[in-house]
Amino acid sequence: MLSHLPILQVILPLLGAPACLILGRGKLAWLFALLVSALSFCIAAILLTTVYNHGVISYALGGWQAPWGIEYRIDLLNAWLLVIVSASSTVSLLAAQSSISTEISLDKQGLFYVAWLLCLAGLLGILATGDAFNVFVFLEVSSLSTYTLISLGPNRKSLWAAFRYLIMGTIGATFILIGIGLMYIMTGTLNMQDLAQRLPPASESSTVFAAYAFILVGISLKLALFPLHLWLPNAYSQAPSIVTTFLAASATKVALYLLIRFTYTIFPSEFSQLVIPLADIFVALGVLSVFSASIVAIYQEEIKRAIAYSSIAQIGYMVIGLGIGGVLGLQATLIHVFNHALMKATLFMALAAIAARVGATTLTSMQGLGRKMPWTSFGFVVGGLSLIGVPLTAGFISKWYLVSAAALTGRWPLVFLILLGSLLAIVYIWRVVEALYFKPAADNSPVKEAPFAMLLALWLLVLGNVYFGIDTRLPVSISSEAATALVEGRP
Amino acid sequence: MNTTSLIDVAILTPLIAIVGVLAFSRKPNMREAVSLIAGAVLLLINLKLYASFNQGEALSRHWLEILPGLNLSFRVDALGLLFGLVASLLWPVTTLYAIGYMRGHKEDKQTRFYVCFAIAIAAVMAIAYAENLFTLFVFYEVLSLCTYPLVTHAGTEKAKQGGRVYLGILMGTSIAFFLPAIIVTWLVAGSLDFQQGGIFPEQTPIALLSLLLVLFVFGVAKAAVMPFHRWLPAAMVAPTPVSALLHAVAVVKAGVFSLIKILVFIFGLDTLQQIPATDYLLYLAGAGVVLASLVALRQDNLKARLAYSTISQLGYITLGTLLAVESGVMGSAMHIATHALGKITLFFCAGAILVASHKSEISSMAGLGRSMPITMAAFFIASLSIIGLPPTAGTWSKWWLLTATLETDHLILMAVLILSSLLNIAYLLPIPLRAFFPGKQADAQATAIHEAPPAALIAICATASACVLLFFFPNPLFELVSQIFTEGTP
Repeated sequence: MLSHLPILQVILPLLGAPACLILGRGKLAWLFALLVSALSFCIAAILLTTVYNHGVISYALGGWQAPWGIEYRIDLLNAWLLVIVSASSTVSLLAAQSSISTEISLDKQGLFYVAWLLCLAGLLGILATGDAFNVFVFLEVSSLSTYTLISLGPNRKSLWAAFRYLIMGTIGATFILIGIGLMYIMTGTLNMQDLAQRLPPASESSTVFAAYAFILVGISLKLALFPLHLWLPNAYSQAPSIVTTFLAASATKVALYLLIRFTYTIFPSEFSQLVIPLADIFVALGVLSVFSASIVAIYQEEIKRAIAYSSIAQIGYMVIGLGIGGVLGLQATLIHVFNHALMKATLFMALAAIAARVGATTLTSMQGLGRKMPWTSFGFVVGGLSLIGVPLTAGFISKWYLVSAAALTGRWPLVFLILLGSLLAIVYIWRVVEALYFKPAADNSPVKEAPFAMLLALWLLVLGNVYFGIDTRLPVSISSEAATALVEGRP
Repeated sequence: MNTTSLIDVAILTPLIAIVGVLAFSRKPNMREAVSLIAGAVLLLINLKLYASFNQGEALSRHWLEILPGLNLSFRVDALGLLFGLVASLLWPVTTLYAIGYMRGHKEDKQTRFYVCFAIAIAAVMAIAYAENLFTLFVFYEVLSLCTYPLVTHAGTEKAKQGGRVYLGILMGTSIAFFLPAIIVTWLVAGSLDFQQGGIFPEQTPIALLSLLLVLFVFGVAKAAVMPFHRWLPAAMVAPTPVSALLHAVAVVKAGVFSLIKILVFIFGLDTLQQIPATDYLLYLAGAGVVLASLVALRQDNLKARLAYSTISQLGYITLGTLLAVESGVMGSAMHIATHALGKITLFFCAGAILVASHKSEISSMAGLGRSMPITMAAFFIASLSIIGLPPTAGTWSKWWLLTATLETDHLILMAVLILSSLLNIAYLLPIPLRAFFPGKQADAQATAIHEAPPAALIAICATASACVLLFFFPNPLFELVSQIFTEGTP
């Protein structure tokens, strides 16, 4: 049983989805989805400990050995992300029932959980597989279910947002598919390990270069890297609140994983330096992401949208880490992937709670909530502090590693740009804090504190932010091992 | 109990007090009693630490390792004891005062007030006894954040604006300057522990050291070095006890304390003398001293005038340390204590006047001496101490600072210090003098005004008499600061 964990990780939510359909609507479907997600998390945790202690797991699907069969390959990098994705799904699902009861009509709630589990299966599949074509398949599974989830949003604008994301997402996925196809033409294989060995001899050819370019652009689209980020603010702000929480903590992380996987494992590392100055491009785009998105976030009246822009900025930080490269840069990115999942989930969870009680998340509708919803408001503040990077929160650890990496490689201007970016975060977080605590409420209608399930999920995340700001052994040791393995190119 | 664990107790006592404050949030008398008792306990703990330190016990405490090599750990040394003693001595006094003030002023949200106050004191204790720069930085930020609700206590538009400036400058500088300076120091020196003689390896390029020095001096904006001083006047929207303890003592002194720690134990005085940037910063600090005094002269709002006076006096401390000689550092360290006593008294008086007569403008305070003689007498004594005239404590620290400028042949800076003292006279002394001898401006209403609430008066008398006492018995203070350099490793 234990040896089949890599496939169980994916198959469990994949089979759970139709089962959820049979269970029908409402609470039962929710409980079942929560159970499936929690089990996935347990599997991911076991996989992570196994990989950490005993090294890479290779699982041949159906007993067909790679490179002929499909290989599922779990190393520290994807084990780490499996944990992040399944954990954020579980915590979000915990609060999902209370959140969607006000946003989605009862007859669609069963379908909602079906789409959710499919999306989870897709994301986990992308992470677990060691086969390039399989990546595309699961990318489509997760994308299609994501479009569905977004279109379930509370008002009609969500349809438009979902449609825009559909167009952009499909272009991205097609680009990735073209890239994979070109690679297959040149090497005759789809297995990642095999590709890594067969690509270097062919790396002079323009076909491989074209493949590389298609894949990079395709992934950047899914990642919402500046200037391909335009789909994200609409999608995040129009989706049902709890879907935003889940997607913000997981979907972009998976795209980032693909970027790391393709640039470090599959394509030869010299390739990216010789043909195009990829490192500098990453740093430049990352910095542009940070500043353009943060500045736009400052002027948003709708806070869900502001935090969505903040996500683009944070993706910028992760890409900067990739651009800096080396063990330290990569480690900074991997730590930030985890910490960002924590803080963004916290912020969006708090916003979901506010949306559930107040019905909107505009700055004016949040006025005076500091007194009416003290626990939710304070949760938002802690998440915000973590985003700014205050000591004793998870965000500080990210900032420390990212700045260290920039300073050690002698990129002094970058050090200050990174820190300036967090000053902008103070501005857009503090607008909300002032609205919550200083402005009198717009109307005096009584507002109750958020439902218990949402508060529970929110405060799990809040405590996570503080805990991983103080006890950093888990993210630091895993990210350090994973980064070293990637940079040294260990199989 | 083991004496080392006293450090934990010192930091945790205010936090434990919070539980009591919250538990009795509906019974004000019990709530304030908890605060007072915690203050007394904290003072006793610090005195015990002081006694153990004098017996030569090495007291240190390791909490946890946040990142590999970066620990939260604490250690008692002379400078830390000085700061810890000053803060813990003034906490119960301020609590006593706050009881009179907050009730006299009928402030709401008092429980939140006392809770944030206690967190701030815990952070101050942690800063005082921090063993390394990392620990210091962590609690420096905690202090900025937990004082924000205190500054914005009133919840008005003005308080919001003040809080914005306050947090914007303090957090902004600490993230943009202080944090990168720490990270670079960590990468260059491989350690962040405070050590006698500094931690930088000898071959560190002088240009890098200069850059770091500038980053540190501006990054520690709590020391209010111009041009990053605007937060202090902005913070004056806070209730007076907050201005008194935090913005005359705890927060600003945490700033200059951090600066002294960094300059002496991260750079080391010898290195500091070799850095060309030191001279420029010295003159910047000197300019700040005079400019702030000049601005203070023009303020009619009493609290604003005191705030600018604080900026000027903090400049003395920064300047004294940047002179990079032992007498300068000792003078600066003594000034932490003497200025704290003087300035807290002045703020107490300002608050007392506000509560009793609802006056905040200096021009309307003429003749107030008749109805509030004790308050105004205390104001007079404290003014003398700030100016540096006998028989008050301020004399001693100014004496040492002047000696240090002579020793280093900075005659211009000596002139600056003297000029600023003259300006102190010009902006402080007229207030009590005109209160007692108003001439023809006497206010007809003055008779209707009574002295401040008794709790506040006790506090005022306590700190004012401490100013005088410390003039006649400066030895303990002097012995403590002279140990800053004699210990093996700080």
